Amino acid sequence: MAFIGTAAGIAVRPPASIEVSDVTVRYANGIAAVQDATFHLGKSSICALVGVNGSGKSTLFKTLMGFLKPANGSVTISGLPVKQALKAGLVAYVPQSEDVDWNFPVLVQDVVMMGRYGHMNFLRNPSKADRAAVDLALDRVSMTEFRKRQIGELSGGQRKRVFLARALAQGASVILLDEPFTGVDVQTEAAIIELMRGLRDQGCLMFVSTHNLGSVPEFCDQVVLFNRTVLAYGPMSETFTEANLARAFGGVLRHVRLGGTDLHDDSDTRTMTVLTDDERPLVLYGERAKEKIIASEAASTPATTPAKAASE
Amino acid sequence: MIDLLLEPFAYNYMTKAIWVSALVGAVCAFLSCYLILKGWSLMGDALSHSVVPGVAIAYLAGLPYALGAFTSGIIAALGITAVKRLTMLREDAVIGLVFTSFFAAGLLIVSINPTAVNVNTIIFGNILAIADEDVLQVVIIAAVSLAILGLRWKDIMLAFFDESHARSVGLNPDGLRVLFFVLLSACIVAALQTVGAVLVIAMVVTPGATAYLLTDRFGRMIWIAMAVGAGTSALGAYVSYFVDGATGGLIVVLQTAVFLLAFVFAPKHGRLAAWRASSHVAMGPKP
Repeated sequence: MAFIGTAAGIAVRPPASIEVSDVTVRYANGIAAVQDATFHLGKSSICALVGVNGSGKSTLFKTLMGFLKPANGSVTISGLPVKQALKAGLVAYVPQSEDVDWNFPVLVQDVVMMGRYGHMNFLRNPSKADRAAVDLALDRVSMTEFRKRQIGELSGGQRKRVFLARALAQGASVILLDEPFTGVDVQTEAAIIELMRGLRDQGCLMFVSTHNLGSVPEFCDQVVLFNRTVLAYGPMSETFTEANLARAFGGVLRHVRLGGTDLHDDSDTRTMTVLTDDERPLVLYGERAKEKIIASEAASTPATTPAKAASE
Repeated sequence: MIDLLLEPFAYNYMTKAIWVSALVGAVCAFLSCYLILKGWSLMGDALSHSVVPGVAIAYLAGLPYALGAFTSGIIAALGITAVKRLTMLREDAVIGLVFTSFFAAGLLIVSINPTAVNVNTIIFGNILAIADEDVLQVVIIAAVSLAILGLRWKDIMLAFFDESHARSVGLNPDGLRVLFFVLLSACIVAALQTVGAVLVIAMVVTPGATAYLLTDRFGRMIWIAMAVGAGTSALGAYVSYFVDGATGGLIVVLQTAVFLLAFVFAPKHGRLAAWRASSHVAMGPKP
């Protein structure tokens, strides 16, 4: 696998971090979309931002990108205010597929080259280094053979990879990904996760907005559970618990609990819990409040079947 | 025969008309590439009609018509933005409301003071009768706009294609959008003289739409659009000498003809290509 590391300048950047302190963001009508949110993500890691639709996840992302100014509180990225962090090219953003105009007359390589704009001169004429970074980034997401395609001619998974390649070419140390797994096949999902792990090992901090519960524990180190405010945040094992998830998703997700008597004929009192939005279920099994995650994406198919059967 | 074909160039006013039309056609075509990709064609229509009261008032007050047109265009653009923000109305309704109001106000002013200005000049343009100081105005507007676009076209493209990413590389998408609308208003003012307020919409839509069918790269799209815009405008002005017809109408008819050719024969996105490739769904034309 090709390494983009020093070529894109990642090595010399300040340590990646996102610090959100007491942030409140209001809509134009005064209603708070985000209220007193506080969390701190440091070091190289993959962090999930999990919450139901309409919980203010995208508002939070827009605030991190400087689109919206918090009414209260402060946001710093790698120790800098948002505006300076953006100017310094520290932040990359991988948009949701529906936010992109796929009919725009740009080729795959043009989109990846957009990642280099911050490195270019006033006229945005690509240098040798810019071209090399684009080549490397395309290679790294295995899209080199599609580089001359117009972006609308790609499959859902390929489209995602192009925008990931752009983030790579940009050489940012903080990467925000907005619902990266929507409309993506399993193979691409695995490739994206693999790529994110590689970036984490290079010192990047990835903040991934997702409602895809099942795959979160599989690839994330940290999690922020969000609904208008931060419900809980921290390392995956301590934070991604049934109690916290119930607060984040209460009443929204299908929630199936199978007691010991449903599962087997003995005195074992452990229960199995399935949380699902009918896409990828999260399956927990064990004594109440001590359950372990036993199934996420990998075991999703067999786990879904009894849960569905039980709920019908 | 050659003598006949060269005859228009013997007249100073014809040469002037041809060059000015080509220049205006080129700048409008440049802007059209952005306009059609953002789905803002109606915005171009609105701006072009909204300049009419500004021109009428400028003539009454003895100010340069470009100043009046520009001011009134900007007020209309701000008005559209404000009404959209303050009501639940959809954008097309707001645009329709604002630009017809401005156009009506313009016609009213002109009808009350019929001697102040020849309304036909604003609405239909008359490049053949363009005065020398107007030529200077148009040339300055077009040259400055072309220079700015030439320097900033990539930034504007990025801001229009992906605002979030534009921010993440340190660009200011809001500022670039304002810059774009200022340039658009200025070029519409410049184009008033050649094709008039009614047909200027074609100048800022058709060349871009034609080029869009012919390429998948934004840089090439701009070159193709400018060639179409400048070529049809110059040719339209030239042909108008022989047919004794309205220059604006000729230019737009020529642009439409080129568009239709592209629509049918474009190598990848034309109807013929689509028909030939109809069995390969994945490689089909853009929707």
